[in-house]
Amino acid sequence: MAGAVTAHLSDSASVRPKHVTEKPIVRWLLTGIALLFLGFVVLLPLVAVFVEAFQQGVNLYWASITDPDAVAALKLTLITALISVPLNTVFGIAAAWAITKFRFRGKNFLITLIDLPFSISPVISGLIFVLLFGAQGWFGPWLDSHDIQILFALPGIVLATTFVTFPFVARELIPLMQAQGVQEEEAAASLGAKGWQIFFRVTLPNIKWGLLYGIILCNARAMGEFGAVSVVSGHIRGETNTLPLHVEILYNEYQFSASFAVASLLVFLALITLGVKSFVEWKSAQRAKGGEANGTAS
Amino acid sequence: MKGSKARSVLPGFGLSMGFTVFYLCVLVLIPLAGLVVKTTGLTWEQFWNTVTSGRVLASYRISFLTAFFAALINLAFGLLVAWVLVRYRFPGKKLIDSLVDLPFALPTAVAGIALTAIYAPNGWIGSLLDPLGIKIAFTPLGITIALIFIGLPFVVRTVQPVLQDFERETEEAAVMLGAYRWRTFRRVILPELVPALLTGFALAFARGLGEYGSVVFISGNMPLKTEITPLLIMTKLEQYDYSGATAIALVMLLASFLMLLFINYLQWRSNRRAIAD
Repeated sequence: MAGAVTAHLSDSASVRPKHVTEKPIVRWLLTGIALLFLGFVVLLPLVAVFVEAFQQGVNLYWASITDPDAVAALKLTLITALISVPLNTVFGIAAAWAITKFRFRGKNFLITLIDLPFSISPVISGLIFVLLFGAQGWFGPWLDSHDIQILFALPGIVLATTFVTFPFVARELIPLMQAQGVQEEEAAASLGAKGWQIFFRVTLPNIKWGLLYGIILCNARAMGEFGAVSVVSGHIRGETNTLPLHVEILYNEYQFSASFAVASLLVFLALITLGVKSFVEWKSAQRAKGGEANGTAS
Repeated sequence: MKGSKARSVLPGFGLSMGFTVFYLCVLVLIPLAGLVVKTTGLTWEQFWNTVTSGRVLASYRISFLTAFFAALINLAFGLLVAWVLVRYRFPGKKLIDSLVDLPFALPTAVAGIALTAIYAPNGWIGSLLDPLGIKIAFTPLGITIALIFIGLPFVVRTVQPVLQDFERETEEAAVMLGAYRWRTFRRVILPELVPALLTGFALAFARGLGEYGSVVFISGNMPLKTEITPLLIMTKLEQYDYSGATAIALVMLLASFLMLLFINYLQWRSNRRAIAD
């Protein structure tokens, strides 16, 4: 669902003979319109963030991102991602292993359930945890009497983030492992390899780039999640504000430059994510080219 | 590609399946069930009155229409972008191809404030349009633009692989039979793309319905005019109206669950087609 790592190579475009392509003028026109559209829709917002961030000079930019509240928000964002991403990675690998290496009834239903958090509005993703752990929620009174804080604290933020980023790794791995089939693992098993041995020696090398991309995508969403976290965090400055929430607070206080400065940190995160994606695609394209020659043993 | 056997020689089914189901239940299914159970605390009449009150109905309309039009625009331009990226060569193509994924990777709040900076009446484009009497930010048009940004990669990335794998032979056959370019496109290429286009549209639409972060900044949040349903849930929560928020959330949840089933049905169908070929 979220942009699978399909090794798309662009070599077919170069050698397209005349009779199966358009006239040059049509080609130029279509390319022009497409680029103009992308320029307006995607590139312009990206540029806007940096222009607005540096509008009041570099000093204010630096002051905004080193502000204690901003640093606290960055820390909270990193801690949250550091908990959610590994959890979802382990889940993603387990789910992909069960789904792609075995046959069982209700597989499609299970995949639909895994996809579920993708299609739920972030606000609802936060709401469900408020209903569980809030003062009037199921566990609310019990938590209260034991002095455990989940909502408006780190655990709530981690839960909401984990929920929202739940399908990312699994969704990246399932198509990849489906395409690879089970022959290599079965060969390893018939040679006497044990379960974990098969996974670490055979499966993992095959899926490592897709896995990396899944993790990076999961991480980008975990650090950038806004709606769900906004519901459960309580917006306590310096305590339960993640970076995106800090951006919102600064923006609503009309500290636009500061807000865009903090936002630019998140843009860097997005750009790194895209960079890794390109790298992974390049790697898997190389694999596809050299795969036959190298054989399967690693 | 279905190589697995009924009884696999591979180990780890119990462990991986057990963990998958456990984690799924704890993190997703039980919390979601909590939402459904919570609404049963309301009488049918209370529930119905909440989810069909004037302000709520207006928010459905705004959410639905903006998501629909944004997905429609993405359908057209997403196809164009995918087409250009797969079939033509131009400098910087790799970079532009990876830029398409930016809306996936960029936090929605950042997209929201950036789009507002551009389209607000004193913004880059907004200030050009304001003298002409065109307002984008703080109108449904602004919401639509935010949703176009959010939904674009869904259409491009579902159409792109299908276009890539398109058999040139089929296209050549059409040319041999004397079809012109446009006719070839409409009669031969487009029908093959329909399932992917439909899936991309549905994905973008579903995402648009629930989108929050990128919309709240640009929408202005005026009740009855630019208040989207997720925002209304948020507002109810802030007023400690938990049952109201839950009732509306349940309606949205049902809508998105139906969308999800529809999308999976589409994908299942196109997979079957791919296997049959």
